[in-house]
Amino acid sequence: MDGIFLQQLINGLTLGSVYGLIAIGYTMVYGIIGMINFAHGEVYMISAYLAAISLALLAYFGIESFPLLMLGTLLFTIVVTGVYGFTIERIAYKPLRNSTRLAPLISAIGISLILQNYAQISQGARQQGVPTLLEGAWRFDVGTGFVQLTYTKIFILIAAFAGMALLTYVIKYTKLGRMCRATQQDRKMASILGINTDRVISYVFVIGAVMAALAGVLITMNYGTFDFYAGFIIGIKAFTAAVLGGIGSLPGAMLGGIVLGISESLFAGLVNSDYKDVFSFSLLVLILIFRPQGLLGRPLVAKV
Amino acid sequence: MHVLAPDYKSRLRYIIPALIVIAIVFPIFANKYLLTVVILGLIYVLLGLGLNIVVGLAGLLDLGYVAFYAIGAYGLALGYQYLGLGFWSVLPLAAIAAALAGCILGFPVLRMHGDYLAIVTLGFGEIIRLVLNNWLSFTGGPNGMPVPSPTFLGLEFGRRAKDGGVPIHEFLGIEYNANLKFIFIYAVLFMVVLAVLYIKHRLTRMPVGRAWEALREDEIACRSMGLNHVLVKLSAFTLGASTAGLAGVFFASYQGFVNPSSFTFFESALILAIVVLGGMGSTVGVVIAAFVLTVAPELLRSFSEYRVLLFGVLMVLMMIWRPRGLIRISRTGVVPRKGVAP
Repeated sequence: MDGIFLQQLINGLTLGSVYGLIAIGYTMVYGIIGMINFAHGEVYMISAYLAAISLALLAYFGIESFPLLMLGTLLFTIVVTGVYGFTIERIAYKPLRNSTRLAPLISAIGISLILQNYAQISQGARQQGVPTLLEGAWRFDVGTGFVQLTYTKIFILIAAFAGMALLTYVIKYTKLGRMCRATQQDRKMASILGINTDRVISYVFVIGAVMAALAGVLITMNYGTFDFYAGFIIGIKAFTAAVLGGIGSLPGAMLGGIVLGISESLFAGLVNSDYKDVFSFSLLVLILIFRPQGLLGRPLVAKV
Repeated sequence: MHVLAPDYKSRLRYIIPALIVIAIVFPIFANKYLLTVVILGLIYVLLGLGLNIVVGLAGLLDLGYVAFYAIGAYGLALGYQYLGLGFWSVLPLAAIAAALAGCILGFPVLRMHGDYLAIVTLGFGEIIRLVLNNWLSFTGGPNGMPVPSPTFLGLEFGRRAKDGGVPIHEFLGIEYNANLKFIFIYAVLFMVVLAVLYIKHRLTRMPVGRAWEALREDEIACRSMGLNHVLVKLSAFTLGASTAGLAGVFFASYQGFVNPSSFTFFESALILAIVVLGGMGSTVGVVIAAFVLTVAPELLRSFSEYRVLLFGVLMVLMMIWRPRGLIRISRTGVVPRKGVAP
């Protein structure tokens, strides 16, 4: 087998696991209120900035050990991004619960513009970067070339899968998870049974933001650079991942993320890296034409 | 919806002729700067009207509207470069090309739940921009492409004729004036805007216009009554797209060159802000909003950094307080004929 192929497979797997994390935010919000959260990509972008700020702060206080740095950054980013997710729901979605179908979409676009411009004004328009935290890599000789598996990538894979496993546990086995699933199945019935559905919707936005925060920290670690526009493209891709896996389905988001990440990396490595974004968007259109319910989703039936 | 009395006469029947007279007299007094600002305003009126059909009347959220605008603008640049086409031949072709692109994109997506359209158009807008940016050999990449000056019956607007025509100031026997090109663009653009306004005014009163609004309000009810929702939505989507194609041709010839940075997502957001502020479905509101949102940044240059922030805040606030726009949409009522049960 070719070295490049295997290398792109590894790159795709790491990238895809991060797409999966962001896609969870789209898929859960869609599952519960049937709407696309357009500001979700921006939540990811904000978390990337927060990760860089927290890394700089911790370095300023002289903390250099990797586990401490990581723990501090994750904690800070997740908490603050969670607050962002909560606030976005409060401002852009909650007042519009009984409004026309288009209103929440447009207000979410508004929030997304606000966050982009806010990051641009407060942090500057140029690319920001963080240094590599985990140096070193394993190298394997494969055929004519070699494959490089950096420690950062291994960490990303472990962290992403740990995050997904934790979320799956929460949704499947805890009270909060049961409330989420009940609200997703039938919001009116859930509220009749005593579930505060407004609060559950808030929780779902926070869960999505937390997963996006994890993704933000991990991607920032791997690529090192980001700018205020970063959330836009990754947002569409994560949405593609959510649709690919079947929107509304949690395992679908993870699977969709990994499939999209791998196919995009293979396209970039073997065909043309300039058009890898075009490839992903075209994939989105093709899925919507030929399999709108996604890989794991059920066909949607409109109810009157 | 506010219903007016059947014999209500709108004050617009005085305002519109007055505005037309002002618009005709305007280029005589305007300097070049003022003329360019107004041209830009009119281009956004055209874009706002087109998107208003899609978002305001049909209720389809199109976030990649700028892609059709880019098709029109690049249509002129590419058509000139590779096929030797000029302004007049590209004008209808661009509208057709944009409509075709809208058709091809819209047909598969419009069969599905409405929200998908938003994200697919968002992706499509980005695809077009990326292709324009990356296909160096064909589109010139980030450096853009030159666009020819428009001609009128073979007369050119430059100081000297370039393509073997006659400069218009020599033909008319007047002194050369750098404004002539802009006056010409202004005049054609103004007539196109008037035509689009009239067409839109008529369409909202035709069955297809009524069907757009009915589908926006309740899709399931419309489908139960036998409306083909895909075709109705597709007609709105392609009509909006073709309007953007027209606007793109004007933008390209106004600017004299095109490059991909004119067609970012922010442009789509600006047009959406025009529609949202003007009131979804309201024609007058969109015309006013287009001028306010394009001319105000010219006056408040120091605020340009905060422009996008302002649009964002505007969209959120409008959706919370006045989701139907600042201007109330009203419809003239009808008197039932005798013998018809009320």
